[in-house]
Amino acid sequence: MGLDDEQRRRLQDQALDIRRDIVEITHRSGGAHIGGGLSVVDILVLLYFKHLNIDPQRPDWEDRDRFVLSKGHAAVAFVAVLARRGFFPFEELDTFNTFGSAFGMHPDSLRITGCDASTGSLGHGLPMAVGMALAARRLGKTFRTFCVLGDGECNEGVVWEALMSAAHYSLTNLITIVDRNRLMIDGPTEEIMSLEPLEEKLSAFGHEVLSVNGHDLDELSEAFDRAERVAQAAEGKPVCIVAHTVKGKGVDFMEGQVAWHYGSIDDELRRKARASLDRSSGDERSSEEVLHG
Amino acid sequence: MGDGTGTTWTCYDAATMTAREIYGHVLAELSDADPRIVGLTADLAKSTAIAIYERRHPDRFFNMGIAEQNLMGVAAGMAKTGLIPFASTFAAFASMRAAEQVRTDIAYQNLPVKIIATHAGVSFGSAGTTHHCTEDLAIMRSFANMTVIVPADGTETANAVRAAVDIPGPVYIRIGRGFEPPFYDSEDYGFEVGRSHTVRDGSDVTIIACGIAVLQSAEAARLLQEHDGLSVRVLNMHTIKPIDREAVLNAVSDTRRILTVEEHNVLGGLGSAVSEVIVESGKGCAFQKLGIPDEYSPVGYPEDLYAHFHLEANGIADHVRSMLDLEFEEDEDWEDEV
Repeated sequence: MGLDDEQRRRLQDQALDIRRDIVEITHRSGGAHIGGGLSVVDILVLLYFKHLNIDPQRPDWEDRDRFVLSKGHAAVAFVAVLARRGFFPFEELDTFNTFGSAFGMHPDSLRITGCDASTGSLGHGLPMAVGMALAARRLGKTFRTFCVLGDGECNEGVVWEALMSAAHYSLTNLITIVDRNRLMIDGPTEEIMSLEPLEEKLSAFGHEVLSVNGHDLDELSEAFDRAERVAQAAEGKPVCIVAHTVKGKGVDFMEGQVAWHYGSIDDELRRKARASLDRSSGDERSSEEVLHG
Repeated sequence: MGDGTGTTWTCYDAATMTAREIYGHVLAELSDADPRIVGLTADLAKSTAIAIYERRHPDRFFNMGIAEQNLMGVAAGMAKTGLIPFASTFAAFASMRAAEQVRTDIAYQNLPVKIIATHAGVSFGSAGTTHHCTEDLAIMRSFANMTVIVPADGTETANAVRAAVDIPGPVYIRIGRGFEPPFYDSEDYGFEVGRSHTVRDGSDVTIIACGIAVLQSAEAARLLQEHDGLSVRVLNMHTIKPIDREAVLNAVSDTRRILTVEEHNVLGGLGSAVSEVIVESGKGCAFQKLGIPDEYSPVGYPEDLYAHFHLEANGIADHVRSMLDLEFEEDEDWEDEV
């Protein structure tokens, strides 16, 4: 079930492409939530290019797996993934942040093909994902619902209301992923509002908790595989994957920097960011070749 | 589907049941015919009478515990997946504790979640201001896509619940604690969302009311006819949004005096909605709002609170009398206008 070399290389390339897209969109649109966008890329790539049962040709297919980006401010990463997965032409992202665009800082499910829930106000996504998982059971459907939470988002009380209800209803068809990049707008999570011991808290709330490196594709894939096995069991606990990540991952001067929660990039920073991504990847292709590729 | 065909509900039962109980029964019946319907609550299954639904459809009932924000978010997720969730809790929590979930998850995404908000206004009596809710109409009608209905009694609640199923977007139905006396003795008076029901016609004054104030306004109109010889029109404006503009404008031109009566703050609810129609029309009209005068409500039995706020027949009649001196003229002389 693990990744073979070819799969791993392909997914790594896709993750790199998405990171380049994020830099490009941020540069072109005047600003985006680039730090938390870059931290969640590997999670999204693995879901959209390997684990989600979806069909871009049938975005409203009733039996598709659902995905809710509860940390809606990572829209810049999410919409790039949707475009590269084929839900809509990549060129549509040229309108990002502009008047009347479907694409802004937070995803709009009524405007974006392939987006299952409008999110952005923190703490709203997981309850909706719980509703989708309950609805699947009610409708006798086997699709699964995936939800990505931000770690700072876990300050919101309603996140814990939702976690409690997911465990109460034994929603094994719900897979929650926490993008644990350890930074929020005002600083480190443990300085602003402590989350630790996060894994123990999630476990105490009735979830089967898996702790992984959120940039290690093999570890992530293995965690999703395990979640799938849990989902097939008739009874059990919902799975929560704590993905330990780095905010700004891939762009050296942004990594672990509070200042890059949201930011804009001028021509010079864009050049530096692209050079950093090129170096980090060992990818033989240059950014120029990949963009809009 | 949702048109009520085949329901066995009869008005005979309405006389002995509360609006909440009627809601529970009607929802259970609608669910027999429509597999999309599910029921949710937040530890208020008994209090909101959705327990009646739970007994009939245990597999379609979801109690989310004392967690109203999660209740509304979960309902949104269910609706996004093709279900029609009816979410029941007290009005204070549906409209305020979970306001952002209702606005952002439900109304923004235009999802068919039907919110049944019980114990609205001051109907919770001795529970006091924490459990009273005199702000929900102002809040809910400011949410785009939201339909807002305030049934006059249990019979109208049945009509509203049936109609809500067929409305493609979100609906907020505001009901009381359930001890309110029935007003309608039949469901067949032509209930239509967005169209007020003319309870009584008249030419001197129009009372526009909703909820429990409908029965009291009708009684006030009878008193005014009997003792003062006044011809009072009474409109049951059960739908606050979209408001029945035509009925309001007809009242302006036919009676030139309008009093709104509601169990809600006079700011932002029925009175405000009606006044917007009047002002935007450019027509002159003597106009007053009767409701909770922008203050928090005291503890007391509901009937004492209604009397305190003049939301019963005598208080309403007195207000109408006080409006009689407010005259309007057809001429261009503004000096002698109100």
